Amino acid sequence: MSGHMNLTLKVWRQKSPQDKGGFVTYKADGISEDMSFLEMLDVVNEGLIKKGDDPIHFDHDCREGICGMCSLYINGRPHGPKRAVTTCQLHMRSFKDGETITIEPWRAAAFPVIKDLSTNRAAFERIQQAGGYVSVNTGGVPDANEIPIPKVIADEAFNSATCIQCGACVAACKNSSAMLFVSAKVSQLALLPQGQQERYRRVQAMVAQMDAEGFGNCTNTGACEAECPKEISLTNIARMNREYFTAKFFKEEEIH
Amino acid sequence: MGNFSKTFSSSLGKKLIMSLTGLFICLFLVVHLIGNLQLFKDDSGQAFNSYAYFMTHFTPIKVISYINYAIILGHAIYALILTISNRKARPIGYAVYNGSANSPWNSRNMGILGTIILIFLIIHMKDFLWEYHNNTSLPYARYEASLADPQNVKVTPLAVTDKEYSHVDYVDPQSQTHITVAKDLYKLVRDSFKIWWYVALYVVSMVAIGFHLIHGFRSAFQTVGWDHKKLVPIIRFLGVWIFGIIIPAAFAAIPLYFFFCK
Repeated sequence: MSGHMNLTLKVWRQKSPQDKGGFVTYKADGISEDMSFLEMLDVVNEGLIKKGDDPIHFDHDCREGICGMCSLYINGRPHGPKRAVTTCQLHMRSFKDGETITIEPWRAAAFPVIKDLSTNRAAFERIQQAGGYVSVNTGGVPDANEIPIPKVIADEAFNSATCIQCGACVAACKNSSAMLFVSAKVSQLALLPQGQQERYRRVQAMVAQMDAEGFGNCTNTGACEAECPKEISLTNIARMNREYFTAKFFKEEEIH
Repeated sequence: MGNFSKTFSSSLGKKLIMSLTGLFICLFLVVHLIGNLQLFKDDSGQAFNSYAYFMTHFTPIKVISYINYAIILGHAIYALILTISNRKARPIGYAVYNGSANSPWNSRNMGILGTIILIFLIIHMKDFLWEYHNNTSLPYARYEASLADPQNVKVTPLAVTDKEYSHVDYVDPQSQTHITVAKDLYKLVRDSFKIWWYVALYVVSMVAIGFHLIHGFRSAFQTVGWDHKKLVPIIRFLGVWIFGIIIPAAFAAIPLYFFFCK
């Protein structure tokens, strides 16, 4: 039988948000290299449940790499060692037989641990609620090309819109800055004609909420861009800064 | 709070201050280097000493230098404020952190590099600027050259005695000679850079400035939002080659030149 591996896991266990928490070591034996990282954790949890232990709590949902629910800081990197993948799309063949894998939750004051590896990322929702929307009624389906948009702009807006809000940018950033996330959300609407009405109010409101949530400040290390499963680019942060300073220094729109 | 104070107390506003003060300091480095290149002139410091007098006595330059000190201080203070806020944003750190997998070393350690630079600046300003203004035992030098043969300069060191000298720069119409008497900062520089560990301190600090600017220069443009496919390669080139390598190397060449060649 080929491709089965035995691993040692060092997993962060924390009973509740108030609990101090600590690392617990587990053996994960007979793991297929074709399993996803989450399936490997499922196998470990089956064993824990059979023994009557509390299974390891971790966030997951679609397991197709599109929902943004899975997280995990694996061996010092969000979503593990591969570029442009979520943890659910990370396969065990990315690890070596006999390897020790350290698994931690996202670490940020704005993302408190709920239990074990599961964190509360509602801060992102509150930032979105502050301005990440278009509030005019969309009405019926418009004719194709009724609103002309240059191809480069449409592509760039689409790229920004691929953000799945997983929070890997915050987890990767040495400052726990959420600027890649916020800038992607600001960009996708600021670039398109439908987002113009609230363009300058939006960026101010979202940045204010980001600051209120206690995220850190960007130092342009580029770690977020490198670790983003959707490869959101650092250009978005420059665009957000541009939008914000334009709004603050040259526009009438203000937030209340 | 008013619009401006609200803007500059936001995360992006603080970053804007870091970026604009940083770019001003980059501009200062260019001017400072051009002035200091006069140290390489083989004229026993006539040009440099005259320049030093001009830079410390011409009012507009004095105003700009005080603005410059304030900006350097502001850059350091805002860096501290931002660092504290960044630390607060992650109260519990990672047990395993593989930063080198996703970002360059110097970009993650701007604070350490900046601290080295700040310590260097304190030493540098104490040893040259403060001494120049306040050390009454600094000698003067007298330079004489006839107008017919300006290249042939006669230098007389004026040792410190009870007599006080003052800066003069004039052409004597009778003897047709250009006479300059200036505080000999050049001698102080030359003597300081005869000490090996002092030279080493300067070279190490210039390496720190280089690494700081390789990240800092392009980062400043990113922060003000000046990011464009057509411009970014130019900014990156300037940041790495001019501000990261050539300027710090030229500064480091000064102590090395005095240590090995004078």
